[in-house]
Amino acid sequence: MKYAAKRIAMLLLTMVIVSFLAFAAFSLISGSAAEIMLGTQATPEKVAALEKEMGLDRPLLVRYGEWLLGFFTGDLGTSLSYKQPVWELIAPKVLVTLWLSILSFLLIAAVSIPLGVRSARRAGGRLDGVSTALNQFCMAVPPFFTGILLTWLFSTVLRWFTHGKFPNLGTDLPGAVKYLFFAAISIAIPRVAMTVRMLRSTVLGEMQKDYVRTAISRGNDRSGVLYRHVLKNALVPVVTFLAQTMAEIVAGSIVVEQVFAIPGLGRLLVASISNRDYPVVQAIVVILAFWVVLAGTVADLINQRIDPRLRLGGDA
Amino acid sequence: MKRMNGYLKAGLLLTGFMTLLIVAGYFWTPYDPSAMMAGPKLSGPTLHNLMGTDNFGRDIFSRVLKGAGTTFAIAAAVVAIGAVCGTIIGALTGYFGGVVDEVLMRLNDALTAFPSILLALVIISVLGPGNKYNVVLALGIVFIPSFARVTRTAFASLRDVNYVKSARLMGAGSGRILMVHILPNTIQVLLPAITIGFNNAVLAEASMSYLGIGVTPPDASLGYMLSEAQSMFTAAPWYAVCTGATIILLVFGVGLIGEGLQRRGREVD
Repeated sequence: MKYAAKRIAMLLLTMVIVSFLAFAAFSLISGSAAEIMLGTQATPEKVAALEKEMGLDRPLLVRYGEWLLGFFTGDLGTSLSYKQPVWELIAPKVLVTLWLSILSFLLIAAVSIPLGVRSARRAGGRLDGVSTALNQFCMAVPPFFTGILLTWLFSTVLRWFTHGKFPNLGTDLPGAVKYLFFAAISIAIPRVAMTVRMLRSTVLGEMQKDYVRTAISRGNDRSGVLYRHVLKNALVPVVTFLAQTMAEIVAGSIVVEQVFAIPGLGRLLVASISNRDYPVVQAIVVILAFWVVLAGTVADLINQRIDPRLRLGGDA
Repeated sequence: MKRMNGYLKAGLLLTGFMTLLIVAGYFWTPYDPSAMMAGPKLSGPTLHNLMGTDNFGRDIFSRVLKGAGTTFAIAAAVVAIGAVCGTIIGALTGYFGGVVDEVLMRLNDALTAFPSILLALVIISVLGPGNKYNVVLALGIVFIPSFARVTRTAFASLRDVNYVKSARLMGAGSGRILMVHILPNTIQVLLPAITIGFNNAVLAEASMSYLGIGVTPPDASLGYMLSEAQSMFTAAPWYAVCTGATIILLVFGVGLIGEGLQRRGREVD
């Protein structure tokens, strides 16, 4: 329990640092926030007056404290270009991106774990070189390119979903999940390749160990040893790697949401960057970053359940 | 000279071919990339237009060459910034250790936890979107932590090996030890890191330009071309396919080199 408490304290600290960095970065340019709102009517006097009204003339730390407080009470300020509370703008999109991330994650885990183990078993075989090359090839495919091809095949040709008409998550969940599934495939392909590669080397390393030789020499069958013993021991780095995958999925979703015209956080983020709508950009960046950091913490907590050595502070 | 393995050979061959095309593209393209009516509108690949033409009749092959050139140059610049700054930081923290090392590595951990493109988007929205120099700067900064981490580990592990100790006993200064004795021995880990970094840079630049916040016209970019190609996919599928294939081949070739280098490194161990 002590470990968990320490880990959660670290999580909170990281989140504070992350949000402060994001806040400070955008504060560097916040002088222009008033200018953006005023548009062509900006004069130095008007900008100064509006900055005072928006409270931009106060110290950075004070503003950060207020903003952080607002973050938890649902008050993220007002969007500069939509003139709407940021939270109202973001709330419906959080769920869409969350669904997309979860779908991609499940897809990656479900496909890469069996493939990775298989590839480790066949290491050194005749097709090993081909599969390594194929693996490198999949890593080279940018998700937005796969997305373009998938959109064409499943939307234009097969008409399994209508590009640009994202079903409402509340009223048509199966339809929405179907729509998101294709986007999840494009995110998953390069990441599956990386996970397979990582699993392969971890499992191969683990198979060199004495207990495997002993288990096999005692007459256990190879795949039994592989699944019951080796995979269990290889799991810790894999869980860590899958948590990092969360970060990649978030990155992938920013681009893929654009390809599939999915109304999620990534799409709003891109639009807001182009509009220089900093309150929205800042809020989305912090939410996405929190999501990634949270995934890392959950992975660490899972790992210390799997491997008691981590709990006792030894090295695994 | 260590033996070349199959991955290294195939990768060098493919990358060499792509580089040759790209370098040639800096000096000569079959048509002016932005000239309209270089062929009939929306024509498929022919001998006159190797990759067909787009809706303005612009030659796609010429545009791909120009775009790949931009992407290549940006990725090279990004890796240069990341590798040089990262190696300096990694060398100093790894060799000297201490409080600075602790602080920098914690910061590094926090930064590498982020998806690189998210961080790059933050930096670019601060610097101002749609400018190629800002793209280079943003991605360059984003790529520093991963290089710093790799080199730090290498420098820390070589800090107390015998040849470094003996150099120290003979009175070599820290600068000389770092540059002459340790740096050449970190090439083994630095080279694969550079190939991976290059590929990530190509993909990140293409993604950002696809989103319209990276390289924007009049500069050509493969990512931006793909976003154009998507809207006319039904009329001109070759546009998207050829542009996408160029990115894939570029990244695939360098990826193979990286794989080959890593395998060769393992064989030596």
